[in-house]
Amino acid sequence: MSIFGEVPQAAPVAVFKLTADFREDQNPSKVNLGVGAYRTDECQPWVLPVVRKVEKMIADDHSLNHEYLPILGLPEFRSSASKIALGADSPAIKENRVGAVQCLGGTGALKIGAEFLRRWYNGTDNTKTPVYVSAPTWENHNAVFSNAGFEDIRPYKYWDAGKRGLDLEGFLGDLESAPDHSIFVLHACAHNPTGTDPTQDQWKQIADVMKRKSLFAFFDSAYQGFASGNLDKDAWAVRYFVSQGFELFCAQSFSKNFGLYNERVGNLTVVAEDQDNLNRVLSQMEKIVRITWSNPPSQGARLVAITLNTPELFAEWKDNVKTMADRVLLMRAQLKEKLKALGTPGTWEHITEQIGMFSFTGLNPKQVEYMVKEKHIYLMASGRINMCGLTTKNIDYVAESIHEAVTTVQ
Amino acid sequence: MSARSVFDGAVFMSSEMKLQEDFKRDSHPDKVNLAGREYVGEHGHTTWLPLVRKIKQQIATDPTLTPEYPPILGIPEFTRRATELALGKDSPAIVESRVFGVQTVGCTGAVRLGAELLRSCCCSNSSWSGPILLSSPCDDSLLGTFKAAGIEDVQHYRYWDAESNGVCVENMVHDLENAPERSVVVLFASGHSPTGAELSQEDWKRLAEVMVTHQLFPFFLMSAQGLCSGSLKQDAWPVRHCVSLGLELLCAQSFSHNFGLYGERVGHLLCVLKQNLLAVQSQAEKLVQTLWSCPPMEGARVVTTVLNNPAHLVEWQESVKAIAERCMLIRERLRERLRLLGGPWHWDHIIKPGGLYCCFGLNTQQVEFLVQKKHIYVLPNGCLNVSAINSRNLDYVAESIHQALSSQL
Repeated sequence: MSIFGEVPQAAPVAVFKLTADFREDQNPSKVNLGVGAYRTDECQPWVLPVVRKVEKMIADDHSLNHEYLPILGLPEFRSSASKIALGADSPAIKENRVGAVQCLGGTGALKIGAEFLRRWYNGTDNTKTPVYVSAPTWENHNAVFSNAGFEDIRPYKYWDAGKRGLDLEGFLGDLESAPDHSIFVLHACAHNPTGTDPTQDQWKQIADVMKRKSLFAFFDSAYQGFASGNLDKDAWAVRYFVSQGFELFCAQSFSKNFGLYNERVGNLTVVAEDQDNLNRVLSQMEKIVRITWSNPPSQGARLVAITLNTPELFAEWKDNVKTMADRVLLMRAQLKEKLKALGTPGTWEHITEQIGMFSFTGLNPKQVEYMVKEKHIYLMASGRINMCGLTTKNIDYVAESIHEAVTTVQ
Repeated sequence: MSARSVFDGAVFMSSEMKLQEDFKRDSHPDKVNLAGREYVGEHGHTTWLPLVRKIKQQIATDPTLTPEYPPILGIPEFTRRATELALGKDSPAIVESRVFGVQTVGCTGAVRLGAELLRSCCCSNSSWSGPILLSSPCDDSLLGTFKAAGIEDVQHYRYWDAESNGVCVENMVHDLENAPERSVVVLFASGHSPTGAELSQEDWKRLAEVMVTHQLFPFFLMSAQGLCSGSLKQDAWPVRHCVSLGLELLCAQSFSHNFGLYGERVGHLLCVLKQNLLAVQSQAEKLVQTLWSCPPMEGARVVTTVLNNPAHLVEWQESVKAIAERCMLIRERLRERLRLLGGPWHWDHIIKPGGLYCCFGLNTQQVEFLVQKKHIYVLPNGCLNVSAINSRNLDYVAESIHQALSSQL
């Protein structure tokens, strides 16, 4: 009997199945509001102009070699990426208690952080330590922590469907009732999938409870710069926690804000109490990396490092990021306008109140089904849409379809 | 926040790279690094394949390439070519659609994914619980990779034999014959790490027979296809032979050495199964998402471009052959130097295998002597990377090894 003979079929990932169905759809009006990648107004992927430039620089640089990167990654990438998250003048950086591990995208950063926490956080076996993820959250969070060995993964209240906003009371309540030292996965900005972030004041309340109960903050930062168009604004929550003396992890992805989805550029920033703790943490993380992927890939990290460390390129990048963020903001404004003009029942303020790539429209599963089957507009069953899938050419069709769905389908 | 760190419990772990760091800091003019993991050329540095550089430039200026998320299992063209490279285009497994491939983050990524797949079998099929058999010796990181994936039952089969400075096949056969049925056996095509010790085709035939009879499951590591014998086909022979006997197997491939693409982490996990292919593939997808979501494109694009183009393929095969031939030449010259220096030892074990690694079976004191006194950095047991030996340091290396062995007489 084959070792693999009884392995069960795994369920397909919803978002990829959605894209596959979209691809097969022959309808000329079809729109893909599913997968989370940026699109131009022509509905094309966008290679950032600064990326094109730096790519060519790298290919023409004959002094570069192809050797293995250090296990923890390219040093100039790690330090500049951490500076992006924490601010170049971060006191924690000045105090030499910030380090980083270059990882395979945001996923890889979460993976290494999770594997470390399971082994070395607050004692040496954390398989039973609760890990809290928001309800709802990115569907892969659960799998990454579960596969890292955590047995107790729980939701914390986050999205209030009734008022289409943050359930702060529920969130704070779950923080209070969590066992001390539990791990909380927080979205640094542009929450996926709801697009709803706590305000600065709400973050302060969250931090208060977390400090009091010694809860561990593991930030997931996949959209810095992409949410508001401003890097510092999008990093406010992470920096606030650091200023409050938290030790924390921040899993950074450069997939979206550099448009480098395919080169897997991520960084796990570690903020520790002091340099000694930091060094011990990094030494163990090196061991974990060695038996996961050994060394990270060089192309994307080089590209990001050169860009962040060269003033003119850095300025150009920030500009490119703002271009993307602005287009999303425009689509949000226009969608809301059109729904209001159509007189679509319900309130649509949340479309412009939410931030980042995604919006939780509030459409129910039946209405979503109508959109997909009758109108060939592909969105997640949760009602999540990717604003980047909207263009000036299809926005009228989408708005009208939402109107139809809301008025004819209960 | 209290002054106590939540990371207080983390113990300091000395880096595997310590030896490399010590070498960098060593200011001795005659220092030689024979403990590196990369192939270095005559000039002492890692080499560029001109073809690779050219293709990278093409990729950087190609307006049709988009930065989209690749499929979870990688570029289909890449996995197709990598599979053909390992098994041969006309492999029965390919013809009968009994194989799937996954683009991974280097060979380590392929081993990790394979280990995770095996562990998931433990969970879903409670009648299988291991063990995994690794060679003795093997790299610490290999053992660590299986353990990290959650495989509890790891055992060893005897491989390197100090007496003969090679493989004792009798011991190996004995250990495999006495292993539990359905054990997974990790085997090395294209050179063993860290000893470099090889098996002949006759040895492989014998082992394959044992595996068929005892229902053992081979997990091949093929980290440097083409670099051992100079022939891609010959280096892959053990894998192809097992497939021809109808064995199911996993094979982790690396394109680091044979493309010089160490930094880009181009690996591949090949799965040859008898049944249930789609289910296993779906589990592989699920596992990849918990590791790295999807693989990096740059290196795989280079490899695919070469493997897709007949002219590029010829040029690449020739460069692989040149590397293999240089390694063989260095081995011969090292053997000749050592022979001339005299002594009771035999040196055939140096030239018998091909590829990057060679092992002298040195004890701890002898290794320490080489590193501390002669500033020649070697791996435990006196395993070393022959490519870092060149015309400038050959005499010094030979004399030093001779001294190390003489001092224990």
